[in-house]
Amino acid sequence: MSLAWREALRAFRRAPMLSALSITTIAFSLFAFGLFGLVALNLRAALAQVEERVEVRGFVAEGTAPEATSAAVGDVAAFPEVQSVRLVTEVQALERARRELNEFDDVYEAGILPASIEVRLREGFRDPVHVRIIARRLEAYDFIDDIRYGEEWVEKLYRLRNVGSAVAISLGLTFALVAVIIIGSTIRMAVLARSREIHIMRLVGATNGFIRAPFLIEGFLKGLAGGVLALVLTWITYQFVGQYVAQATYFESGLAVLGVVGGALIGIIGSAISVGRHLRRV
Amino acid sequence: MIRFTHVTKQYPKGGPALDDVTFHVNRGEFAFLTGPSGAGKSTILRLIYLDERPTNGEVRVAGQSSVILAASQVPVLRRRLGIVFQDFGLLEDRTAEQNVAFALEVIGTPSRQIGPKVARVLTQVGLAGKSTALPNELSGGEQQRVAIARALVNDPLVLLADEPTGNLDDRATRGIFQLLRDINATGTAVLMATHDLDLVKSMPYRTLELNRGKLVYDSGAAAPDDSFAVAPPTEVAS
Repeated sequence: MSLAWREALRAFRRAPMLSALSITTIAFSLFAFGLFGLVALNLRAALAQVEERVEVRGFVAEGTAPEATSAAVGDVAAFPEVQSVRLVTEVQALERARRELNEFDDVYEAGILPASIEVRLREGFRDPVHVRIIARRLEAYDFIDDIRYGEEWVEKLYRLRNVGSAVAISLGLTFALVAVIIIGSTIRMAVLARSREIHIMRLVGATNGFIRAPFLIEGFLKGLAGGVLALVLTWITYQFVGQYVAQATYFESGLAVLGVVGGALIGIIGSAISVGRHLRRV
Repeated sequence: MIRFTHVTKQYPKGGPALDDVTFHVNRGEFAFLTGPSGAGKSTILRLIYLDERPTNGEVRVAGQSSVILAASQVPVLRRRLGIVFQDFGLLEDRTAEQNVAFALEVIGTPSRQIGPKVARVLTQVGLAGKSTALPNELSGGEQQRVAIARALVNDPLVLLADEPTGNLDDRATRGIFQLLRDINATGTAVLMATHDLDLVKSMPYRTLELNRGKLVYDSGAAAPDDSFAVAPPTEVAS
């Protein structure tokens, strides 16, 4: 084993409490960030589900030839913004209304509800501007009597998504920054605890690169351990929430690995900054 | 081998730590650096191992100039110097031999060479039987011997000793000083900072005296003045 690895592991053995404290601090910083990530992930998933329901509905005038509506459905389906188009006949509309509002079952009569063309949009086109464009194109067909797309609802949803994204980004950055600062301070404590060793290393002619190596390894190991611990804590929280509060989504495996690697990277960067500052100062 | 040419060292706060100091130390020479606290003795040593650079003037050590030597080359220079401090500077969680070996390990010495070299210097400083002792199991004099062994293990051109006997009793002081003389006898130059005037006066070695950052006396360059006469050579009991 190289000297750098031996020195890094010696630091763990020599000050187990300080090392445990560092790892715990890193873990809880990343845990807070991870929890926020989980909340953001689940809010996004919930919002995406609601967005999927964004729909433009054009009501077809009575007596329109079926060939005309079929041709229109084909045309609309070719629009790049469109995910799916469906023609709902008068009979289907009635059946749906009876199914969904069965307490009014007896008031519905054949012919009371018009046929309609229902258009769902692709992801990324569910904003008010695109919804309005599709609505206008649909309106251009002369057999379309009326258009409904819940304009106000789409606007609100879009605003909510934008505000949500802005809050998520700023909170996420703040959490990440706080995590980096806490982790950096923790590692700085470890560096200061070994300042005597650094001093001796310098006096006997060790290069700065050589002096840094054990600290970078130490930071990497602490960051990695903290990242794994944070992952375990978020998993336990996720299980708890799933069991007692509501079904939630957990990080995909790639994202989880990225989180742990991120912890290790923060450990390395924090160490590099702390040792670098110390070496410049002494 | 060590040459100071009109060296001034000024810190941002306070007056000059060194003021226009010029002297040189030859290969294999033994010299004392004396003067009261704050006179600039430690500053001179720090300038030699380039922990600091002079504000003005030039320090040359083993052919390297403080004016042009790149920071990346400073560690290479330090491998040719041995440095000893008053507080020993040992790592408390390592044995005597591990402390000495550390100096070899950090400069990348092949591991098969480390054991024999460590054993040789520990024998040289009289600690062959205490190689596995931790610093807190050794007396002050013995700890300083470990520090000297660590400074010697890379066969330095010069041993810089900053008040090496400052924390020791008389007996240990005599022992350490004799050890430094023995090391000097093998051809290693020794520059020892001390304010122990009795010790300095009793030795036949060159003396550089500093006061308030100025070199006020150099027995190697001029006749001693009345205030600080060098006593006739006497032997120190080992």
